[in-house]
Amino acid sequence: MAGPEKRRGHGTAAALFGALLVSLVLSMLLAPLAGMKGYSPSDVLSGALSAADEGIFWKVRVPRVLLSLVAGAALALSGMTFQSMFRNPLATPYTLGVASGGSFGAALTLKLGLVFSVFGLPATSIGAFLGCLLAVTLVYGVTKLKQGFSTATMLLAGVAVGFLFSSVLMFLQYMSDFAETFRIVRWLMGGLDIVGYRQVLELLPLVGVGGIAVVLHVRELNLLVTGDDLAAGRGVDVATVRRRLFFATSLMVGGVVATCGPIGFVGMMSPHICRMLIGSDHRLLAPAATLLGAVFLTVCDTVARTIIAPAEIPVGVITALLGGPFFLWLLTRSDAERG
Amino acid sequence: MGVKVGPPILEVRHVAVRFGRKEVLRGVSVTVKAGSHVAIIGPNGAGKSTLLKAMDGLLPVASGEILLGGRLLSAWSRKEVARKVAYVPQADGRVLPFPARDFVLMGRYPHLSPLSAIRRQDRDAADDAMRVTGTVQFADRRVDTLSGGERQKLFIAAAIAQGAEILLLDEPTTFLDPRHQADVLALLARLNRDRGVTLLTVTHDINAAALWADEVLALKDGAVAWSGRAADAMDNRVLGAVFDHEFSFATRDDGRRFVLPEGGAQRDGG
Repeated sequence: MAGPEKRRGHGTAAALFGALLVSLVLSMLLAPLAGMKGYSPSDVLSGALSAADEGIFWKVRVPRVLLSLVAGAALALSGMTFQSMFRNPLATPYTLGVASGGSFGAALTLKLGLVFSVFGLPATSIGAFLGCLLAVTLVYGVTKLKQGFSTATMLLAGVAVGFLFSSVLMFLQYMSDFAETFRIVRWLMGGLDIVGYRQVLELLPLVGVGGIAVVLHVRELNLLVTGDDLAAGRGVDVATVRRRLFFATSLMVGGVVATCGPIGFVGMMSPHICRMLIGSDHRLLAPAATLLGAVFLTVCDTVARTIIAPAEIPVGVITALLGGPFFLWLLTRSDAERG
Repeated sequence: MGVKVGPPILEVRHVAVRFGRKEVLRGVSVTVKAGSHVAIIGPNGAGKSTLLKAMDGLLPVASGEILLGGRLLSAWSRKEVARKVAYVPQADGRVLPFPARDFVLMGRYPHLSPLSAIRRQDRDAADDAMRVTGTVQFADRRVDTLSGGERQKLFIAAAIAQGAEILLLDEPTTFLDPRHQADVLALLARLNRDRGVTLLTVTHDINAAALWADEVLALKDGAVAWSGRAADAMDNRVLGAVFDHEFSFATRDDGRRFVLPEGGAQRDGG
């Protein structure tokens, strides 16, 4: 009885990875073709596009698809890390106010007009990273202060920290002159509409370093899922691992927030769907969630910019429209499931 | 009994542990000899579980020191400690979304370097641990679908796979039915006798402590109230004082004393 069950598990994993890889290739090939004006593959390959269309394809569409792939992957991997560290599918960088911290950090650099860069990373990314780190430290600190780590405490602390940073952000806008406010509001609306490859290239190292750090800790993540006491008893230095993972996710989320503004729910849905399909072994879960996040955000963004073309819906609206009900559904079943 | 017990392996010296302002352990000193089986008893809130966790370095110690194999516990890395000592929490209702075999294999963590894959010897250690604990038949089932008794044995299997010489068990039999209680106690006795595993068991089952353990450590209000040979604990001068409660004792055919159950006739409406 147990044997077939296990084999089926492996079969599901293989099928999921197959489906994800096919969708990844398809979305990379097809998403840049879709838009206000659709192109056919032969147009692109034969060079039949006009100079303007060529510009749109290579300087607008392709970078945008690349950005959505990288951002989606980063959000899903960060979401998975939070869900596993806090042992709760509702815990993600967005629900815990970490992204709000990042938004505040980025907006503060805009308000101050900081334009420096460190190792080629723009000030907004660094500001967002520090904001994320501050928020996650606050949420975790509050959760730890109260004896008996509970989901309710953590989510409430997350909501409170989110509100705190949002109101400081509003204050920041209030104190700004017209030009600064415009810059901040435009950035807060977010979105993946970029021109050229600069932003993708700036985001890649943050996501790369953060992602590799997470992947190097898949074994520890498995153990953290079994409980902090068991993980520590098995030899995991829980405090150190947690610090590293907070740092890694802050790099990724900070980078995405600085480049694309807040995009919610990708980080909650992708890892949880994968977990339901193939289980909680992070050696498989991490790559699966990363792929699904990349594909999911790319598909959402393609829908966002084609469904009411020539107008465009912010991609965050699409992900939230799908993610909001998903969150509520999780909330109704997580009590029974998580105990 | 003196034959199987070796030199001190774990020494707790004047240890205090605080949660905020509350002092949960106050100057506790214990010496555990290699190969012994020590039962830790005491009323609720006496600090039994806290002592167990402190012995594994899972809680910060406010004062005093703990020596593992003669060396300060704080000087060991987490992985080094885990190769010697395994903490076995209560097999409670926590979510464990892994197949049983994978869960036992996770016990090999302190033997793996960060990037190395799971090796032949790790699989062998896990298989051996599952065989000795009688958990092979549900190797492919998800841990949180197992019964309390099966899960407790699996937790012990993971601790054995970990290669630990000292097992710290927090109420291993509390929520088990009589058959599984006997199962788990017999398994622990076997590990102690055949493999020389040192056992420290927090328990509320005074008879299990008296009949299965070599030594009893009684805590009360965060301090050691009594310690000594298990057989000597079965006396109201010891147990009565520790629990503020009069016990009735009887003697088994083999001459060992045990606590009689209470209630029945004397019991009134309350």
